[in-house]
Amino acid sequence: MDIGQGLRKRTLELTSIATAIVIWEIVARIINIKYILPSFTSVVSAFIGLVQEGELYRDALTSLNYFVIGIGLAILVGIPIGTLMGWFKSIDRAVDPIIEMIRPIPPLAWITFAIIWFGLTKYAAGFVIFIGAVFPIIINTYTGFKNTPRVLVESGKVLGCVRNIDIIYRIALPSALPAIATGIRVGMGVGWMCVVAAEFFAVSTYGLGWKIWHWNNLHHMDIVLTYMLVLGMIAFMIDRLFRYLVEEWWLKWQSGVVV
Amino acid sequence: MLSIKNINKTYHSEEGDEVLALSDINLEMKNKEFVCFIGPSGCGKTTLLRIIAGLETPDSGTITIHGEPIKGPGPDRGMVFQEYSLFPWRTVLKNITFSLEMKKVPKGQREDIARQHLELVGLSKFADSYPHELSGGMKQRVAIARALVNDPNVLLMDEPFGAVDAQTRNRLQQELLKIWERDKKTLLFITHSVDEAVYLADRVVVFTSRPGRIKEIFKIDLPRPRDRTSVDANMYRESLLSSLGAEIKNAID
Repeated sequence: MDIGQGLRKRTLELTSIATAIVIWEIVARIINIKYILPSFTSVVSAFIGLVQEGELYRDALTSLNYFVIGIGLAILVGIPIGTLMGWFKSIDRAVDPIIEMIRPIPPLAWITFAIIWFGLTKYAAGFVIFIGAVFPIIINTYTGFKNTPRVLVESGKVLGCVRNIDIIYRIALPSALPAIATGIRVGMGVGWMCVVAAEFFAVSTYGLGWKIWHWNNLHHMDIVLTYMLVLGMIAFMIDRLFRYLVEEWWLKWQSGVVV
Repeated sequence: MLSIKNINKTYHSEEGDEVLALSDINLEMKNKEFVCFIGPSGCGKTTLLRIIAGLETPDSGTITIHGEPIKGPGPDRGMVFQEYSLFPWRTVLKNITFSLEMKKVPKGQREDIARQHLELVGLSKFADSYPHELSGGMKQRVAIARALVNDPNVLLMDEPFGAVDAQTRNRLQQELLKIWERDKKTLLFITHSVDEAVYLADRVVVFTSRPGRIKEIFKIDLPRPRDRTSVDANMYRESLLSSLGAEIKNAID
């Protein structure tokens, strides 16, 4: 399928986006105060300027760096905890009250301690993102393990898979993978929100979130809006990439859309 | 060879009620015999099969195979479940190699063995398909191949063809008989269908409604291949139905 044909199939979607942009531009011109609503064209030229200076690239890398630290840690911690809780009832009973005490605390409330513990470093930002992402991963992993079909476990046992570790690794874990993938996806969504908030606290002079704050103070709202849109676009791309990886590689054995 | 002695099993509900599922079950099975269990729903026949498989333990009594008591699941017993039980994340071939992996059979060798068994159930073309791509009947054929790959002495089947349509079911029964005649496993097969029991079994064990006891054992003395509509087959069906009918009436009352 060539691109032209692909675009034609998406006529309605493209018309919708174009209309929204036109309305935005018209409203911005009517208001005519850049501080209240920068026009589409001014945002586009701000975007081009930022790309040419290489600013945007550096900011995006900085933010993604925090994001990878936070999400990576959340995956490394969340999946084992969720697994143990989902499989061993006593661990569930011991750990669940602690998790339920910590989980309702909004991740941003951790920022002060993050800075005290890790200083104004990327690890402080990563920690806040970790807090935001880890609970969806724990809970979905837990649910995935809890819902392992009994008949699959028993099939495994009859086929010689009797040790707990083998049952977890060879049966419960693959069976829980779709739920784990959902947990990671939700966790990444929450984590990305935390990136912006964590950066407001000046852990670096680069970063998409920090620049929103920075240009806001200088009243350059066209640049602020540019950074907001870039934050949205990157989140969208991360989500699409993850879905693609999950559907094409990780969970190819499942029919239809997974997450 | 398979010897069931004085098996009793009681279930305890959370409210503290006790349900006697199996009461004083005694049965001797010969080597390479094909035995069907039939009985009203909830009569404990599945429980007995699960005890033989090692998935549950009886309150009292023993089951031995060649004199060896059963202590848990083991490779001498294969099982095909009523529900679809293939691992959805493994291809058909990898489902069949699963038990060989557990036994640490080298990769090339286990795939060869698996392919032979896939051919046995006529699904060689589907080696690399995933279970969700198969029909219900095909899934159960793969499950049979997967259970046979360990070369068990006893094959336990819990209403394996319950969920497939009538035509497929007839074909699967024929294929099962072919495999059984070739491999000569001792086969224990649960069914709700009198027709299926008369077509397949050497002996049919009728269970009473709860608590499950063995009510009657019918020896089906018909040469194979059997004619489903012969006068003799009909006679067996009739006596089985009347024996079973009384129990189903009890279960409903």
